[in-house]
Amino acid sequence: MTLIDMTVCVRGIGERFLSLLKELGHMFIFLVNAVYTIFRPPFKFRMLLRQIRFLGSKSIVVILLTGSFTGMVLALQIYYTLRKFGSEAMLGPAVALSIIRELGPVLSALMVTGRAGSALTAEIGIMRITEQIDALTSMALNPVRYLVTPNVVAALIAFPLLTSIFDLIGIYGGYFVGVKLLGLSSGTYFSQMELFVSMEDIRVGLYKSLSFGVIVSWVCCYKGYYTGYGAEGVSKATTSAVVMSSVLILIWDYFLGSVLISR
Amino acid sequence: MIKIINLSKGYGSQKVLSGLNLKILNRELVAVIGRSGGGKSVLLKHLIGIIKPDHGKVLIEGVDITSVSGRDLDRVREKFGVVFQEGALFDSYTVYENIAFPLKEKTRLGRDEIDERVTSALEDVGLKEMGNKYPAEISGGMKRRVALARALITEPSIVLFDEPTTGLDPIISSSIHKLIQKTHKKYKFAGVIISHEIPEIFDVADKVAMLYNGTIIEFGTPKEFRNSANPYVQQFISGSLEGPIEVL
Repeated sequence: MTLIDMTVCVRGIGERFLSLLKELGHMFIFLVNAVYTIFRPPFKFRMLLRQIRFLGSKSIVVILLTGSFTGMVLALQIYYTLRKFGSEAMLGPAVALSIIRELGPVLSALMVTGRAGSALTAEIGIMRITEQIDALTSMALNPVRYLVTPNVVAALIAFPLLTSIFDLIGIYGGYFVGVKLLGLSSGTYFSQMELFVSMEDIRVGLYKSLSFGVIVSWVCCYKGYYTGYGAEGVSKATTSAVVMSSVLILIWDYFLGSVLISR
Repeated sequence: MIKIINLSKGYGSQKVLSGLNLKILNRELVAVIGRSGGGKSVLLKHLIGIIKPDHGKVLIEGVDITSVSGRDLDRVREKFGVVFQEGALFDSYTVYENIAFPLKEKTRLGRDEIDERVTSALEDVGLKEMGNKYPAEISGGMKRRVALARALITEPSIVLFDEPTTGLDPIISSSIHKLIQKTHKKYKFAGVIISHEIPEIFDVADKVAMLYNGTIIEFGTPKEFRNSANPYVQQFISGSLEGPIEVL
């Protein structure tokens, strides 16, 4: 590799890094704008309710399905592992802790990203390319107040609720497999759970679901708001929103988990 | 009055507007014509402050929209009504809700007064029975009529039309032009119409400006335009392939 090649290579990396940094800054300002308008009247309660329905109510079926099967498969796998150590009685707490602290918030967030986040990006993206966002701007209205803020607040309300439903149904999925199919006693499953699961564990799950709500609504709205031209632009924005949200959920889950576990 | 002074805008190495000057008087309807992709819509978005220029000023009734922000920018924008290319109606709202939207959001009018004004606006644009339809359920011509009604509902002093008849058949186009003239007479706004409809637009506008190479190369009444000796203007209005304008 010649010196010129190396210079081109370093410049390429530098340009990419700077462009990434610029986009991150842009995204952050976008979020600050959305958060700022949460506290400034007029408040858009009807829009908020509509978005809670869109992000929350309409996601319940997918949450029920994934929650129940996650709990069932978790119970099945953990039961066979615990049996090797003669600790089957710990099935309840193992399932509950895994779901409440990790799988509930993470899988709920991933499911909502796939179901509602992508639709959100596409909807806002289409509004951008059909000049509906420009129409709002030309009416001296802040489009962020109408398109982003209600989604961020709706996600802050819907995500913890969906996660709670996921947790509950997951624990009962585990109960079905552990108690009804594998023969563990019902009392053991729940009493051990009561003993080992603390309020702190539930708080960890709650913090995670709240932060995932912000990540998903923020990223999906941002990608739609600044979509490229035409149908291809919207399609790319939607893919990018889902990928970025999912990756950020997993990365943030690790960092938040590390901080909360060390407390 | 709208006064555009030495307006320039480029994207990368491509110059879209280059030292453009134009003056539009109150109550005057000015058509801006020019080649596709020549910067007409970019010019329009500068007027409303959606795009910021690299250089130059856009004075709207004395206030430079390029240098204000926040509440001051909103105050300038409140003088405008805009009819976008495809109407830009809100998909999730009915025709009635689309027209009522600026009144609900920007005024403190009561429900009855809003209803009265929206019904009157629907009558003005000939869509009295269409209030409950969604944009997806009406034709392209009807969408432009709704967009016009929405733009006029707050009785703005300036109305911008971004190719209001693109993609419509000649009869519907004529009806939209007639509607623009009728509403202009009634509301007495200053208007800027971006259009490709030549010669029809000459019957609608008070004055015509031709945008070429990022600047206004001719500005005058339709009659002056028709009799212009400028070879660019003559080639453009005749649609000839021969002349100084390069055909790609």
